Amino acid sequence: MEFIYYFGEVFTPISFGLLLIGTIGGLILGATPGLSPTMAVALLIPFTFHLEAAQGLILLGAAYTSTVAGGAVSAILLKIPGAPANIATTLDGHTMAQKGRGAEALQLSFLASLVGGVFGVFLLIFLSPLLSKAALAFGPSELFWIAILGVTIIGSLDSNSVVKGLLSGCIGMWLATIGFDDIMGAQRFIFHSSLGGGINIIAALIGLFAIPQVISMFAKGRVEVDAEVIQIEKHSIFDAIRELTRRTRALSIGTAVGSIIGLIPGVGGQIAGLVAYDQSKKFSKESHKFGTGHSEGIIAAESANNAMVGPSLVPLLTLSIPGSPTAAVLLGGLLIHGIFPGSDLFDNNPDVAWTFIDSMLIGQILMCIFGLYIASFAARVSRVPQSVMAAVVLGLALFGSYSVQHSIGDVYVMATLGIGMYFLERFGFSAAPLVLGLILGPIAEANFIQGSMIANATDGRLAYFFTGNLNLLLVAIVILSIGYSAWMEISSRSDTKNEGTTS
Amino acid sequence: MKKLLAGAAIALMTMSGVASADGHANYPERPVMMMVSYGAGGATDFQARIVTMTAGNEDALGMPIAIINKPGAGGRVGWNWFATQADNDGYTLSAYNVPHFIAQSIKGGVEYSAASFEPIANWGADPAVFVVGADSDFNSMADVVAFAKENPGKLTFSGAGLFVGHHIAALQIEKAAGVKMAYIPTKGGGAAAMKAVIAGDVLGGVNNLSDAFRAAASGSVKILGVADLERNEFLPDVPTMMEQGLDVDNSSVNFRGVMVPAGTPQGIIDKLAAKVPEMFANSRVAGKMKAGGSPMHIMTRDEVKAMWAAREETLKELLAGL
Repeated sequence: MEFIYYFGEVFTPISFGLLLIGTIGGLILGATPGLSPTMAVALLIPFTFHLEAAQGLILLGAAYTSTVAGGAVSAILLKIPGAPANIATTLDGHTMAQKGRGAEALQLSFLASLVGGVFGVFLLIFLSPLLSKAALAFGPSELFWIAILGVTIIGSLDSNSVVKGLLSGCIGMWLATIGFDDIMGAQRFIFHSSLGGGINIIAALIGLFAIPQVISMFAKGRVEVDAEVIQIEKHSIFDAIRELTRRTRALSIGTAVGSIIGLIPGVGGQIAGLVAYDQSKKFSKESHKFGTGHSEGIIAAESANNAMVGPSLVPLLTLSIPGSPTAAVLLGGLLIHGIFPGSDLFDNNPDVAWTFIDSMLIGQILMCIFGLYIASFAARVSRVPQSVMAAVVLGLALFGSYSVQHSIGDVYVMATLGIGMYFLERFGFSAAPLVLGLILGPIAEANFIQGSMIANATDGRLAYFFTGNLNLLLVAIVILSIGYSAWMEISSRSDTKNEGTTS
Repeated sequence: MKKLLAGAAIALMTMSGVASADGHANYPERPVMMMVSYGAGGATDFQARIVTMTAGNEDALGMPIAIINKPGAGGRVGWNWFATQADNDGYTLSAYNVPHFIAQSIKGGVEYSAASFEPIANWGADPAVFVVGADSDFNSMADVVAFAKENPGKLTFSGAGLFVGHHIAALQIEKAAGVKMAYIPTKGGGAAAMKAVIAGDVLGGVNNLSDAFRAAASGSVKILGVADLERNEFLPDVPTMMEQGLDVDNSSVNFRGVMVPAGTPQGIIDKLAAKVPEMFANSRVAGKMKAGGSPMHIMTRDEVKAMWAAREETLKELLAGL
């Protein structure tokens, strides 16, 4: 309960001012395509040089919290996921926005982020020592199985066809092999100098999601001039809250999945949203509505990616191991003031540690308030004519992919993948499974190679990957997940057969 | 788009043309960019931001230095870009990590060698150390070597990748002790390698002194030896490898500093070589570096040149058999 004592520190004028700046700035940075939470936090580091340790961390913590949530804005309104965390949000969020329900989608996403985020921070407050042990339990073999588990959901993520979903996943995994391999340093498929570093995930995201959309918007603009007038519905916040309370299943699945995945070092928030989306789809009674602008999809994805923020800091704050790139940047923010995370942090600098954690709690609430305010403007975006919208999205896509690492090569990658995806989409493939393959490929590969190297030196591959309770549990979940997808596919096939005979 | 790009390129060329015409007396006239070939939040990025924070002061460059990250493939992406595409007008600097880039250029597959770059000054030296988990049975390098002799190839130990300082230290330890051990390169840098040691995935590991110092302070690891010529001020109680009978010199020490692409005008190189070491010596910089547990080691351009040449020779010999 020590954390309550330090709440006062958060409400001093300077600290609260920084919290406001961090939150509002974070929302804006998060909504800008190409600026991932990691980049946003890194950009703010120089400002913390001149602040006290606790104040600097308040700024960074607030920015981290709100950039993750802010990514939902561009995901919903423009179909550009600001970061891998927001991929799943585009699936239902953008469809809702296209139907004129953008305001509702944004309200739901910020409210769900608040619930998930607060839960995640409470885990950080109360269960850190316990969770840090859990985080260490994931070695190479366990991480390999987690990645395989992720692969098993690739098929079910695409609502049209399992085979096409798996094929997109394969393309994604192939794309992930491009570049210097990180462990051995081997060169693979580097046929252009901009591919040396592999496919940058942010540039790929922008290309795969935004460009096909831009092309079809331009194509449509030629044929029918302003034929489409979207009715914009105003949506009351209370309705959104009521909707959220009706969807407790999606909310709790999202929050739980986000918290667990956030804890695992090296996997992080990249896949939290997608896994939560897939799980709540499997458990939902209205699973056929997912992908058509269904509120559960947004709620699950957004509660998951904010629930992961708190637990993702557990390995850093308790063990001094940064579990995610963003945590690594926060580590820099601590070191610059001579504070070492680990047990030392809570014993010798409790004021810094607890003020930081408390500010994340308050930051979640501020993020939600400002987010809802932004949502009230968002409806106007859909009033923009399509041709103008296409130009804006294209501009943002170019800007976003360039700004990731100031490289024109990333722009080429973005454009190539985007144009390729446009044709793939016409054949019924979708971008989400492809991106999941792109994210999971390296995790599976690196951990398999590393695990094999350890196994070769010790007790052999079979024993290494198939012993230990956690390994066996994960293998069992993988088998269940495959079995479930197969069963769903078979039963849906027999359904259509029945329909065919009765009609 | 093409016209715009061409226009921008012409504008850039004329700008650099002006800069070289006036004999560099006014250099720098605009903010300078420094490329770091590792991600934001890594040790190199973190230190680069600290040592350049006073660049805007009148007694330093008088212009701020902006850090740009081009991470990927253990630094190869950034250095490839720097060697082939960066402007050599003095407005594009880069951080270097020795032995990393020299070892990579010896192994091949990259577009640079030591001759592609001109060193300016060195700011830090982070030796490799050997760490084991806090509850490990190993208490000295002798224990490690004894275990490795009894179980050839079975002692697993992690490091941040192949052909980086950690790997060089690992090779040197194996060679000096005459044993075969299992070096496990991790993806995700020193932090991932350290996690593997703390979690018990591996029996030991080679890691940065600065990171190991922190992990040891939090009670998660023991540090058994330093791969450097002398003991380090951060760890006065930890003996060097040499003291423990292993013939390991400072070849694996991770030297960090600033360089420019070859072909940068001599006037600018001279000016930078004079100003930058002074900038590193600033007391505010030293304070922040010490607080963060990052060992400083300032070297001038001539000293760095000699160090690069010496490293190249040892590394060629060490990596010849691989």
